[in-house]
Amino acid sequence: MTSLQSIRNTSSSVLTSLTVKGISKLLAFFSIASKTTSGRIGLFIVLIHFLLAVFGSFITPYSPTAFGAENLQHRLEGPTFAHPFGTDHFGRDVLSRVIAGARSIVWISVIGTTLGIFLGTVVGITSGYLGGWIDQISMRFMDWLLSFPSLLLALLLITIGAERFDIDESWLIIMVIGIAFMPNNSRVIRSASLTVKPLEFVQNARLRGEPLYYIVFREILPNVLPVIGVEATLRLSFALLLTASLGFLGLGVQPPTPDWGLMVSDGREFLSMAPWVALSPALAMGSLVIGVNLLADGIRQALQLPEVRSE
Amino acid sequence: MGLDRHPVERYISWIGNAVQGDLGVSPRSGASINEMIGRRLPNSALLAFIAFVVAVPTSLAAGIFAGIYPDSRLDRFLSIGSLLTISVPEFIIGVILMLVFSSKLGWLPSSTIMLPGETIMSKPEVLVLPILTITGALFAYILRMARANVMEVMESNYVRTAVLKGIPMRQVVMKHVLPNALIPTITVIANNVGWMFGGLIVVEFVFAYPGVGSLLIMAIDTRDMRLLQSTAMVIASVYAFSNLAADLAYGLLNPRIRYG
Repeated sequence: MTSLQSIRNTSSSVLTSLTVKGISKLLAFFSIASKTTSGRIGLFIVLIHFLLAVFGSFITPYSPTAFGAENLQHRLEGPTFAHPFGTDHFGRDVLSRVIAGARSIVWISVIGTTLGIFLGTVVGITSGYLGGWIDQISMRFMDWLLSFPSLLLALLLITIGAERFDIDESWLIIMVIGIAFMPNNSRVIRSASLTVKPLEFVQNARLRGEPLYYIVFREILPNVLPVIGVEATLRLSFALLLTASLGFLGLGVQPPTPDWGLMVSDGREFLSMAPWVALSPALAMGSLVIGVNLLADGIRQALQLPEVRSE
Repeated sequence: MGLDRHPVERYISWIGNAVQGDLGVSPRSGASINEMIGRRLPNSALLAFIAFVVAVPTSLAAGIFAGIYPDSRLDRFLSIGSLLTISVPEFIIGVILMLVFSSKLGWLPSSTIMLPGETIMSKPEVLVLPILTITGALFAYILRMARANVMEVMESNYVRTAVLKGIPMRQVVMKHVLPNALIPTITVIANNVGWMFGGLIVVEFVFAYPGVGSLLIMAIDTRDMRLLQSTAMVIASVYAFSNLAADLAYGLLNPRIRYG
């Protein structure tokens, strides 16, 4: 066996063990979430939305972005059997657009929240554990970011980012969500790791002379994971609201890609003749965030953590 | 505009003028930014003030009631209602209110667009829907905080002692529960004014309200960077000052906290 092959073998076995670990973590998450009624309902709603986000493009009855003379004959038609949610001002099927719109908002919010949690965890744990001037400098920087309301920060970063960098707007929004959520996440995770830091096993590892990354990832991280989990579900609902608001203000995913926020914004014009155009995406949006909030409540109750709700 | 100079140099001269109260001229419209913001800032302040005055006392009262009588029918109703409003973004609350009260019932105007010569004061009915929208979003949030804190205090030993001592329930609530439950509630509310500022931007945009928030969106739409810079600075400074005021108020409410 050549050395290259052996490296490949080890890396693939590491990968399998990581996947197995990931799946078991996910199953543990599901079992925690389904301990309470609200967690079960929330999990159910969230799973439906995730399935739509992944497979939605295969089950849309009509093309969500169709644009032609044939469509224009069916403008603003009310709910019928052929179009259960009616048609919009270009004659497109609203149901198809709502289903297809799940994809962008779910992915942007999930990846953006993950990025924010990742950045917040790195900053929070290291500055909580190291303390001293590193802690001072990074926390003052977070304070500076916090001195902007998060929507204002997002609006400014997106405007500057779109002007300066040639980058896909979904990735821009993802990065903006990550940056906007980093300060709050890092504060929460820092205070959690401050409570873990003086415990014996951490001091023990330090006396053994373990390197910094070992103490941070192997000793502190596993003990602040519940806090991170609750924080992540809470953040996800904020990320969904932020993404929808950006879409509504016209700074989200650009047309013709369906976006729930933009669909509500467009539907405002026809509110009295065709309320379904604005109400259908609003309903989808509301049900998704209700699901995420119920899930967050359920996990919190199951882990018996106090209710903390901060922006 | 001095585009031949270095950006840092231009920024320093802008900030130098800004601290002296001169935000310059908008390159798009040629109008003075001071005047544009000065005309709209009172409108935003009025909207925020009324919404706050309407939302805070009512939602605190509802939250306290729900916390004292958890699992009562009203508490269930309030919990479900607050979960609904906390889960939809402000613009959806706004659009639904617009649909009900202006499209279907025709009671209230759906937008705040002013004809020349009209002011908010001469057409106060335009304020109702924006205020209801902000209240709807704030209500749920404050209610949940107040309820959680009151419930926590209700379970404490000193409240049980007070009840067992035979003090009337009314007095237990007024003297023992409220002072201890309200301080953390008020702090959390005050620390989240930023959320309200973001919400205000969206609500102003939904109803085309002539405030600073819709000016900010207009600046973004027209790529008017100098106007954007100025409105963002104004909003961020108002936000910073309200946070400072909240911190100071916290010190007043809770004598155990002293800044030194």
